[in-house]
Amino acid sequence: MLSIDLAGIHLKNPLLLASGFLGISQEIFNRLYHNGLGAIVSKSISVSPLDGYKGPTVVSVGEKGYLNAVGLANPGADVFAHEIMNNQIPLIVSIVGSSQSDFPKLISKFDKLNILGYEINLSCPHVAKMGMEVGDDLDLVTKIIKTIKSKTQKPVIVKVGIGNTDILKLASKIQESGADAITAINTIRAMAINVETGMSILSNKVGGLSGIPLKPIGVRCVFEITKKVNIPVIGCGGIFTWEDAVEYILAGATAIELGSVIGFEGLKAFNEIKLGITRYLEKKNCKNIKEIIGLAHKY
Amino acid sequence: MHINIDKIRTVVIEEVIEESPSVKTIVFHDRLSSNAKPAQFLMVWIPRKEELPMSVMISNKKDHAAITIRKHGFGSTSLFEKKQNDLIGIRGPYGNYFRVSKSLKNPILIGGGTGLVPLIRLATVLSKMQRRCTIIMGAQTQKEILFKVLVEKILNKLSTNIIVTTEDGSFGVKGVVTDALKYILKKEKFDMIYTCGPELMMKNIYNLSIPYSIPIQASLERYMKCGIGICASCCINDKLVCKDGTVFNENQLSELSEFGKVFRDKSGRPSYY
Repeated sequence: MLSIDLAGIHLKNPLLLASGFLGISQEIFNRLYHNGLGAIVSKSISVSPLDGYKGPTVVSVGEKGYLNAVGLANPGADVFAHEIMNNQIPLIVSIVGSSQSDFPKLISKFDKLNILGYEINLSCPHVAKMGMEVGDDLDLVTKIIKTIKSKTQKPVIVKVGIGNTDILKLASKIQESGADAITAINTIRAMAINVETGMSILSNKVGGLSGIPLKPIGVRCVFEITKKVNIPVIGCGGIFTWEDAVEYILAGATAIELGSVIGFEGLKAFNEIKLGITRYLEKKNCKNIKEIIGLAHKY
Repeated sequence: MHINIDKIRTVVIEEVIEESPSVKTIVFHDRLSSNAKPAQFLMVWIPRKEELPMSVMISNKKDHAAITIRKHGFGSTSLFEKKQNDLIGIRGPYGNYFRVSKSLKNPILIGGGTGLVPLIRLATVLSKMQRRCTIIMGAQTQKEILFKVLVEKILNKLSTNIIVTTEDGSFGVKGVVTDALKYILKKEKFDMIYTCGPELMMKNIYNLSIPYSIPIQASLERYMKCGIGICASCCINDKLVCKDGTVFNENQLSELSEFGKVFRDKSGRPSYY
């Protein structure tokens, strides 16, 4: 009932781990998968290791929201390729680069491994010369996607966010360039100041907002992007309950990514959300989740 | 009123106690921390410097708690240099804790350096329960012995055995805590080992416990970024020290092949002890 096909990938359910959460260890991936996820997206991996920023890198804000500026900390392509060399679970590797030339190097490290495909992070909102700064440059986005597509047969998903470039223009460009799917949305640039000290809390001062405050924006983006492009869209941003997941799917998402919810509900959230979606489909007399994808576009 | 423990609480440093030339205890008012269970930790924000996981130390003042810091890297040195009336932020307490069963009769507590912090909180619990216990406290030299007077005071009403080891033999038993443990295990029967300190020390203690079939609870330390189970910096095999720990028992430890061997650095690369 929950199985989906996403850019040529068959998944037993549409719940994916959002990149950035818990994404560096094969043994943790296995645990997450066995806790009910359909697939795992790794932390964004760069050519060389990155230590990331000093703490605090995560701040709890508002109602079930987080602000994070981890600084793309990751073990680098060589070490991560070694980490996942015996991978047996559905794994998508998130990759990030500061220039077009980084991406062929990254693909060459992972393409022979047992992975489903790639998610390109063009939307990290808090690291200079990486992520969003790349994603805002439409010509560079095109070049990067075309370069990656020429180096791999595996599906390429592009993760977008709210940057300086209109997200719909960006989505169209991503489709034109040959990407197989889009993930929307990444965290949004945001900030928190401690009033007693008068100081910004994140060591990087500015970070990305995730969690419940993001959801209505994410739903809007998925709705508008799926209106504009034909490639599948993965919804991401503030999904905490089955209702949130269904809302994204009704807006047009083929799959969804979960992240912040783990900090509040733990790993049990995955099965609870799946159960809720299943009950909803039964109530609506649907045989498969595919029947409700984008239903809100009808009205 | 429900308090979200993930939100940073800004606290004033009320007192700074010099424990040794390289170790200080910072005392602050915070009811949640004062009620922390032994081996729970706080994420401590040193404004514009760093955020560090720190085991919750006891304070003798009502509704107060403390943290004990050894000057080491950038973050810990920034905290070490904090003065009375300076502000820091805290969130938590997080993690599981040392379990004390009602049937417990003769536990032994073994710690080295600032690893003694959760054991001292545990000692206060055991003292309230009127449990006899043995404690082995390790330090490199006499000058670096921490909390000896405090432990004597907490446990003074009980027939407690306090053993201090120093590596250079300048005080107490010459050697490391495991030397003292080996000796006492031959003489006395214990029904629980509680330990916190350097991981290789805890691994050795765990290995010593096996032939005697003594249950063990070890509070592990890892590099942490979030403290709330979302970043995996603190992973050990498929466990997260911040959420699944910090305390692991003998059954869990037997399945953690990375215990005493591997930890992750800031980038997430495996590093080796």
